[in-house]
Amino acid sequence: MTMSIGQQIIMIAMVVLGTMLTRYLPFLVFPQGKPTPKYIQYLGKVLPAAVIGLLVVYSLKDIHVFKGSHGIPELIGVAVVVLLHVWKKQMFLSIAGGTIIYMVLVQTIF
Amino acid sequence: MHEQREFIPLDKEQTPMDTPKRTIWIQALKVAFPHTIPILAGFTFLGIAYGIFMHSLGFHAMYPFIISMVVFAGSMEFITANLLLGAFNPVYAFFLTIMVNARHLFYGISLLDTYKGIGKKKWYMIFGLCDESFAINQSIDVPKNVDKGLVMFFVTILNQIYWVVGATIGGVFGYLITFNTEGLEFVMTALFVVIFIEQWMKEDRHVSSLVGIAASVVCLLLFGKDTFIIPAMIAILGILTLARKPLEKGRVSVQ
Repeated sequence: MTMSIGQQIIMIAMVVLGTMLTRYLPFLVFPQGKPTPKYIQYLGKVLPAAVIGLLVVYSLKDIHVFKGSHGIPELIGVAVVVLLHVWKKQMFLSIAGGTIIYMVLVQTIF
Repeated sequence: MHEQREFIPLDKEQTPMDTPKRTIWIQALKVAFPHTIPILAGFTFLGIAYGIFMHSLGFHAMYPFIISMVVFAGSMEFITANLLLGAFNPVYAFFLTIMVNARHLFYGISLLDTYKGIGKKKWYMIFGLCDESFAINQSIDVPKNVDKGLVMFFVTILNQIYWVVGATIGGVFGYLITFNTEGLEFVMTALFVVIFIEQWMKEDRHVSSLVGIAASVVCLLLFGKDTFIIPAMIAILGILTLARKPLEKGRVSVQ
């Protein structure tokens, strides 16, 4: 490590500052005492669904379709989660079931 | 529709007279905890992986402990390790962080209403607004007699505790772990998929959900996994803005 402790603290502080800016900014720009613009209210209603979709894709971004396991374990894992959840609607069962199947797949077959 | 409503924070003087504060807290914790169980598994594992990673780079266990506490944004913490090993460049670190974490802006906008009127704990809840806490808090259903603000506060703080404890364990003892944990990280994917389905079954139109998936997949293919998030955000914002008129027409009865 070539940086001094002081420099390391400054670097970490910058990461904290950047992260907090992205988290606090919406709440500072649109404080709860003032009416939020209609457009932002609209976004507040439609964004969550889209963002969860983004998170699903984000959590699967490391799949290589043309290399290694071709994303087959991920496909099976997601399918198990979906089927379990549509069938039983038990959040914990769906998550645990899908994860265990996925772990077995990547540890034994793929 | 959503004008300035007066929200009264439940943990102030307005609590039902017979219920002591402690009972209210325990009630909220009981509602919050089951929702965080998948995160308990995922964050402990990923936290330990992060701690081991830091250990392998030669960092003292204090580093994963402190960074997981003050940064608390998974992928950025891994990047921070690389930043600390590179050249001293605070401006670069700052802008890189904003790029990697830009998705938080959407979380904030989505939660403006949900986090309204829940008192001072809101400022901690924004500090701890990671992907998983966002996903749970924006979709959580809380029984009427339980303080929802408090439940969301517990979700946020429990998730951070799991992560910090995991990262610290990884930093201190990580090299001793021999159990084959390969694939355990899938628990996060599973969580997001479940929340996506829950949402799908609740909504009467799937436009926004479909836009989220489609825009993200297209941008992932076009830009690659390291840079697709911001183009995907711009695409989602653009499409949803264009779809505002038709979407709002059919929504009057919903909200």
